[in-house]
Amino acid sequence: MSEATSDTSLTRSGPTAGVGGFKGFMRATEIDTRMLGMIGALLVIWVGFHILSGGTFLTPRNLWNLSVQTASVGVMATGMVLVIVTRNIDLSVGSILGVTGMIMAVAQTQYFTPMLGYDSGLVWIATLATGLVCGLLIGGLQGFVIAYLGVPAFIVTLGGLLVWRGGAWWVASGRTIPLTDENFKLLGGGSDGSIGATWSWIVAAVAIVFIVVGALAARRQRKRFKFAQKPVWAEAFTLAISLIAVVGATMIVNSYLLPGPLARRYAEANGIAVPEGGLEISFGYAVPVLLFIGVGIVMTFIAKRTRFGRYVFAIGGNPEAAELAGINTKRVTLMVFALMGMLAAVAAAISTARLSSATNAQGTLDELYTIAAAVIGGTSLAGGAGTIAGAMLGALVMQSLQSGMVLLGMDTPLQNIVVGAVLVVAVWLDTIYRRRAA
Amino acid sequence: MSATMEDIRDHGRGHHHDTVDRSGTPLVDMRDISIAFGGIHAVDHASIDLYSGEVVALLGHNGAGKSTLIKILSGAYKRDSGEIFVRGEKASIGNPRDAKAYGIETIYQTLALADNVDAAANLFLGREIMTPWGTLDDGAMEAEARKVMGRLNPNFRRFKEPVKALSGGQRQSVAIARAILFNAKILIMDEPTAALGPQETAQVADLIKELKKEDIGIFLISHDIHDVFDLSDRVVVMKNGQVVGSARTEDVTKDEVLGMIILGKCPPGATPGPGAMKE
Repeated sequence: MSEATSDTSLTRSGPTAGVGGFKGFMRATEIDTRMLGMIGALLVIWVGFHILSGGTFLTPRNLWNLSVQTASVGVMATGMVLVIVTRNIDLSVGSILGVTGMIMAVAQTQYFTPMLGYDSGLVWIATLATGLVCGLLIGGLQGFVIAYLGVPAFIVTLGGLLVWRGGAWWVASGRTIPLTDENFKLLGGGSDGSIGATWSWIVAAVAIVFIVVGALAARRQRKRFKFAQKPVWAEAFTLAISLIAVVGATMIVNSYLLPGPLARRYAEANGIAVPEGGLEISFGYAVPVLLFIGVGIVMTFIAKRTRFGRYVFAIGGNPEAAELAGINTKRVTLMVFALMGMLAAVAAAISTARLSSATNAQGTLDELYTIAAAVIGGTSLAGGAGTIAGAMLGALVMQSLQSGMVLLGMDTPLQNIVVGAVLVVAVWLDTIYRRRAA
Repeated sequence: MSATMEDIRDHGRGHHHDTVDRSGTPLVDMRDISIAFGGIHAVDHASIDLYSGEVVALLGHNGAGKSTLIKILSGAYKRDSGEIFVRGEKASIGNPRDAKAYGIETIYQTLALADNVDAAANLFLGREIMTPWGTLDDGAMEAEARKVMGRLNPNFRRFKEPVKALSGGQRQSVAIARAILFNAKILIMDEPTAALGPQETAQVADLIKELKKEDIGIFLISHDIHDVFDLSDRVVVMKNGQVVGSARTEDVTKDEVLGMIILGKCPPGATPGPGAMKE
């Protein structure tokens, strides 16, 4: 069997030579079967809810909402992948979200807005920077205790779960703090926090350019070292699929239109004349969704293209080997937790802006949804394996389940039962897949 | 019929002629090294040296302290006392990175591979080739990996797969390739053939002979004398953390070395160490 594998990759005409059918197709296009399975599961969930809800799930409005709701947990899930890959866990992310959200709200209302002026363009930057630094420090502190003092991550972050939740209360004595800065609120989405049809198309165009340039660069790289090229048809196929996905998503968010009164207000504010038959103003991509995708791209880059990312995976695969290879495993572990803390702060900015205020209970139980998203997305709790894109899809699967059940009017306890059961079944299926693949 | 052959070999002296020049400064000189774990003297005032182009077999039972001694040289453990000289100069080795800076490379018994990443990533782990933009240059690393693996194991093709998918021999060649990729001057091989079949063992033996020609000094660690006797120029035997003695391989027989390993009894051809049985 191993001989067959070596022979096929030898062939210069392409890696598919000698392997036919579905397997050959998958190998030529280099599509991850696990990823394909997840997309399949997602489609089943979507179509299922669409039918059960009598046609309300697969509407632009619901899908747009789904994308916004996924952003916060999704951002944290990308960091949780690296945490779990290094054989650790972070139970404190929901609480870090709570405390950094509260810090940002307090800093904004009590310091930045009075200091810089109402709706100054700097307020949101200062607020976000404060949150990110606090998240980084909190995560870094936990990482220090885990890596250098040798306390297990489970315990440190379990402690953190309580400590930072208590901290969130302490920052504002349990009050709810409404945000003052309108620019910052754009991070949460809503009709203002969306970029409209034109900009959505521009974003889509930029994405398409990057996808095409990326594919060409990969081909050039393979040529440079005389490695076997992906067959042209396979390249064209994967490119076409990605382009269809980008265009499709853009069409969906653009076909979600502002409701009548909001559209009228928007028209008045921008001096647009209301034409016959009403206005058609699109939401377009929501800012938090773009932020989520941006974080996903940056995190994928970190995981795949940087030394740090390589070390994270090597440590997960064999901590002793990483140490013997001269990697400073303690420092890498600390950095992973610091990064996780910072991402929790990004998530806090999104969810605080979305609610327009910081509450004491914000982010409660988010650690479980985050871990579930990462694990459903194929991150192995044994360490060493996981992808950022998988976790992002995992977050979307979790949120789809929840939104769908809300749409069906299911009771909260029943929702929890379903989510819990799905998590267990998903990991069970993944275990079977891994055993087969090994 | 092969029994007679075995007999002749077992009772004959080490049959290859010793050509190592030991007149200059040794490549490595570990003097009076001690380390204790929780009150147990894993290595107890052990001294050992190695010359360029020499293969020194470090022998002893499991727990004799040979792996621990060598892990001090490779930077995995920090010694409690003693000194290490590399080419006559005092070396400070506190971690694996320090050791590599002195050209000391180690192939561990466990191979110490990150199972979840591919061969190239393992070869360059901790010493990645980067692009001018500071990102990993996976293409360049794979190209280098193909070169070095082509030398060691020409049939190896599985560059895209995580190393856990490889056979024992293939994994071994990845570990060896990693050690020689960076111009090692001193090579430590801990039980290098323990997990290998006969053909792969012969391959490793050929490789050792070739590396000798390049003036690399090699420590071969084994608990089984048959694995290393014919490859070595010199044997050093350890027992209970102490050096029993050392001898040029051509001056002793396998039985005598076995006596050193089991009883700590030094034969006439050997130089006794602190761990030799007193009579």
